[in-house]
Amino acid sequence: MSTTAVPWSAVRGDARLRRRHIVNVTMVGLIALAAVVATLPLIFIFIHLVDRGGSAVRWHFFTHMPAPVGETGGGMANAIVGTLILMALASTFGLPIGIGAGLYLAERRGERFATLVRFLSDVLNGLPSIVMGIFAWQFLVRPVGHFSALAGGIALGAMMIPMVARTTEEIVRTVPVSLREAALALGYARWRTSLTIVLRTASAGIVTGALVAIARIAGETAPLLFTAFGNQFWSTSLAQPIAALPLQIFTYAVSPYDDWHAQAWAGSLVLIALVLVISLIARIAVRRRFSAAGD
Amino acid sequence: MSTLTPTAVRARHTAIRISGSAIGDRLYDWAITFFALCVPLLLGLIAIEISVAGWPAFHRFGLSFLTSSAWDPVHGQFGAAPAIYGTLVSSAIALCIATPLAIGVALFLSEFAPPWLRQPVAFLVDLLAAIPSVVYGLWGICVLIPILRVVVMPFLRDTLHLGVTPFFSGPAYGTSMLAAGLILAVMVLPYISSVSREVLMAVPRSQREATLALGATKWESIWGAVLPFAKSGIIGGVILGLGRALGETMAVTMLIGNRPEISASLFAPGYTMASLIANEFSEASGDLHLSALMAVGFTLFVITLVVNAVARWLVMRVSRIGGQT
Repeated sequence: MSTTAVPWSAVRGDARLRRRHIVNVTMVGLIALAAVVATLPLIFIFIHLVDRGGSAVRWHFFTHMPAPVGETGGGMANAIVGTLILMALASTFGLPIGIGAGLYLAERRGERFATLVRFLSDVLNGLPSIVMGIFAWQFLVRPVGHFSALAGGIALGAMMIPMVARTTEEIVRTVPVSLREAALALGYARWRTSLTIVLRTASAGIVTGALVAIARIAGETAPLLFTAFGNQFWSTSLAQPIAALPLQIFTYAVSPYDDWHAQAWAGSLVLIALVLVISLIARIAVRRRFSAAGD
Repeated sequence: MSTLTPTAVRARHTAIRISGSAIGDRLYDWAITFFALCVPLLLGLIAIEISVAGWPAFHRFGLSFLTSSAWDPVHGQFGAAPAIYGTLVSSAIALCIATPLAIGVALFLSEFAPPWLRQPVAFLVDLLAAIPSVVYGLWGICVLIPILRVVVMPFLRDTLHLGVTPFFSGPAYGTSMLAAGLILAVMVLPYISSVSREVLMAVPRSQREATLALGATKWESIWGAVLPFAKSGIIGGVILGLGRALGETMAVTMLIGNRPEISASLFAPGYTMASLIANEFSEASGDLHLSALMAVGFTLFVITLVVNAVARWLVMRVSRIGGQT
């Protein structure tokens, strides 16, 4: 495919045409350059992650507790488990509300309240995570008097609601009306049609949306700073402060110790691997859905 | 548009006929309505809780809370101007760098890239959005800051003699407004480029073909027909990116240096609203300090609310126009 509409041979004599040609080639070159430059940061970050994190990720990183300053080694067992607990809590809280709201948005499309809810979900989606953090502190931590895993999980879950609601809506809208009508014609009640036919048809897409949302909150730090707070010790109690990978990475990254920096890189590598695995599963789920639709 | 879809009408009739399912339907309606109600309720609750918590500070300092640059927890003086200034400047740096790059990538993907290259490049750029903020911060501390301190800052200041302007003067610590702006640029790039790409893809083929048929070069076609058509959508994407940049917390907290001063130099450390809260909240020295931080949070909440609402409106308008043609 040629990138220019004016062939060079026709241009040679005319100064104006030549100028246009030069501008064209320059701008097309700049666009290609922008594409190259935009992919560089990701490549650099991944090189550093694998280079510095890879050397610190050992088996005991997953099984040991954080080591005190000065001792090499140590792991993030408590933070890894903590992050998994927080993700489970957030999903328990955020997924049902998100999916329910998404169903509402899809079924009442066009109604004024649905339009309002859709708009507010988008607004909520753009809410800075630190604002969610201080809200959760004010609402859940301050009255109780101490930090807790539960408050952190709810703060993360609240962030999932708008993401899940919007993806659920989009997916449910792609379910053919004929399917719904067929079920209704067979005498299915409306609620049964929605829950067993529509939701089931859309399930792969909804799972994908949920996974994407989980992947996004897995790395969130700001909402946890004043809720889950972090914990140097082993704790799985929901009423107590709990360790989390992003919090541990933050603590280690801002410290002046090289050992801790190495641990932070290792933690980042594990965190990114977690996020990527979740996203990959989501992608595979989508692909299977589309190939199934194509059959 | 507020009428029921034919399916829904039919469904209601079915529901009435089969009396046993009427209760189930009503329960189902209540349930999804309740879940949908959660969204406005949550947003309202956030607004109320934070504004109530920030009220003492607003009440005590009035409007000067937003304009005063004295942030002095020891003497109980709180003015958020340095944090607001830092938020705006760091976001501005980010947008100045990210916008041309993002539009470039989007144009490359929508106008030039062969199909086999389109997917991988789009994937790589989108992947930037999947990297957690705290990892950007770590990368910034260990890689970006040393490069800035040793290479980039001395180069800008001494070799290019930009040090004579107030913007690039002063000692090069590394942690600075410039570092925060740079990392923010990388972080908002995927948001701007994915919205721009979508909008550019929605530009009708006929627009391009018409200009090309008139003898325009590829660039003239893009500049004269494609970009004007996509303009307000791209602006929407940029504003969406702005919303992200304004509220970004962890990476900025780790790189900006956290000092409540207004300095013209981009080499100087600063504060953003989000990093101010993240940095001081757990060590707040008293009720007024805490309330002042809540008030900063409320200000940030309102600013991002407005920015996001404008962005959504712009993007929605374009996709509606694009859908009609």
